[in-house]
Amino acid sequence: MKVRGTKLSHDEFMNKVISVDHHPEIEYAWATGIAISKFLEGLKQGKIYGAKCNDCNRVVCPPRIFCEECFSPMVEYVELPDTGVVNTFSLAYIRTDASRREKPEIPAVIDIDGTTLTPSGFLHLLDENISHDEIKVGMKVKAVWKPENERTGSITDIMYFTKMEE
Amino acid sequence: MRKVAIIGVGVEGFRPAIRDLSYKEMVYRAAVKAYTNADIDPRKEVDTFISCEEDFSMGTSITDEYAPDQLGGAQRSVQTITGDGIQGMAAAYMQIATGMFDVAVVEAQSRISDMLTPNQIQHFALDPIFVRQFNSTHHSIAALEKQAYQHAFGVSDEIIAEVAVKNYRNAILNPIAAYGMNASKEDILETEIISAPLREGEVAEHADGAIVVVMASEDIIKQKNVTPVWVKGISYATNTPNVETRDWKTATYAKLCADRAYKMAGITDPKSQIDLFEIDDTYAFKELQHLEALGIFSFGEAAKALADGKLERGGDLPVNVSGGVLGVGNGHDVNGLQRVAEIVDQLTGEAGKRTVSGAKTGLAFSWRGVPTTAGALAILSVE
Ligand SMILES: [Zn+2]
Repeated sequence: MKVRGTKLSHDEFMNKVISVDHHPEIEYAWATGIAISKFLEGLKQGKIYGAKCNDCNRVVCPPRIFCEECFSPMVEYVELPDTGVVNTFSLAYIRTDASRREKPEIPAVIDIDGTTLTPSGFLHLLDENISHDEIKVGMKVKAVWKPENERTGSITDIMYFTKMEE
Repeated sequence: MRKVAIIGVGVEGFRPAIRDLSYKEMVYRAAVKAYTNADIDPRKEVDTFISCEEDFSMGTSITDEYAPDQLGGAQRSVQTITGDGIQGMAAAYMQIATGMFDVAVVEAQSRISDMLTPNQIQHFALDPIFVRQFNSTHHSIAALEKQAYQHAFGVSDEIIAEVAVKNYRNAILNPIAAYGMNASKEDILETEIISAPLREGEVAEHADGAIVVVMASEDIIKQKNVTPVWVKGISYATNTPNVETRDWKTATYAKLCADRAYKMAGITDPKSQIDLFEIDDTYAFKELQHLEALGIFSFGEAAKALADGKLERGGDLPVNVSGGVLGVGNGHDVNGLQRVAEIVDQLTGEAGKRTVSGAKTGLAFSWRGVPTTAGALAILSVE
């Protein structure tokens, strides 16, 4: 297939036209607050927390201190199972730096079991060793955790989700 | 066109750093207070949400995508303005005045404590080809301006220090202020030089906080049990981004804002028609320079009024009774709404010990900070 555009070499791009460089050194440390801190602390203990809205009765994951549907405060945390269902997925061959992978990473949105009304959850990765033919929307999955002493209270404390044996 | 008023304000903060709440939780708390004050259900009665925030301040590109939920704006009309909260209010004003919408929500926030390198981000605002190639802090731009202002009008460091003394002291009575203190002129003058003639004590410290303002049409106000604070005039203007061609002595952008807003509000003599002023003082000298550009005093004369006590809470022309940006804390894009929140408190009898008695009309003016020559102005009134 013909690729659109005109290829420029690095030398042409950087040196044949006058330009000015700047490399900002910018860093952030986002305070995660009440609800997400609870969620991240939970991950460290191998638990997935959600929150329940006592007005519209839905259980959401990850937890939050307010319900975006009815704007009521959410004050009740619920421990959810570390299992869920693949909502959607992709086989990702290109990294952020535009380099190519031989074996794709498999990002997937996981609806966590126990969330109600509209299912909710988070984006994570699927086990790269599942045969690509087997991966389906609706597939039941289970979290594969890092060893407890390697968990830091991060979404990466779950290494990936793998297919559950039916 | 229809009349537009503020019907509720909610504030969370200000504190030097809010590390116990996420930015969404901080905004949610401000929003709940605003909706309670305005007697409004955001899920049913708000037509348009306007969030004022910048990607680099929040640390997320296309940061407006993350604005709706905490405002009650999920699946509703939401837009972001990368500017001061008063610029957001101007957009809300137009959306309501035209008859398109009845109720608008404006939000602005500051999460400076989430930035580990705030100076780098401010430096990043400088022109990359010319100004950014030099490594002086961005405060040097303000120092250049202070130098030019003092040279042109013979305003002393001592009187500029008195602006800081007044505003830090005023902040003591303001529950939302992060930096209330009794400091003497000597205390200010003894603080470290950042970039001469600018000292640390005359530069506003950062603070975290959020403000949510609810605005509504006169048609809605008739149905509600609220005290409307009418937006009589609103404007925003930019002079020039170029440091080479800008006017360093007088804050031209403030004059441009004032000319437009006074005309809109029917103000011909601001000194007699406006009862209190909330004016950007991110750098202490800016309060004086801005007052002159707004036509309250002629050039170089604001200092005399300050020395005579006219700018105190009990004076003829109270300025920054809230404590100003110096006293409340520099929240960047939320600074304009800090000014507005104080005027709303004052005009609706909610200012407690800070009350300026008999105040009916107030002026809020915000500047977008170094290196901009951009300002925004609102004239608010209960008459
Ligand atoms: Zn709910």
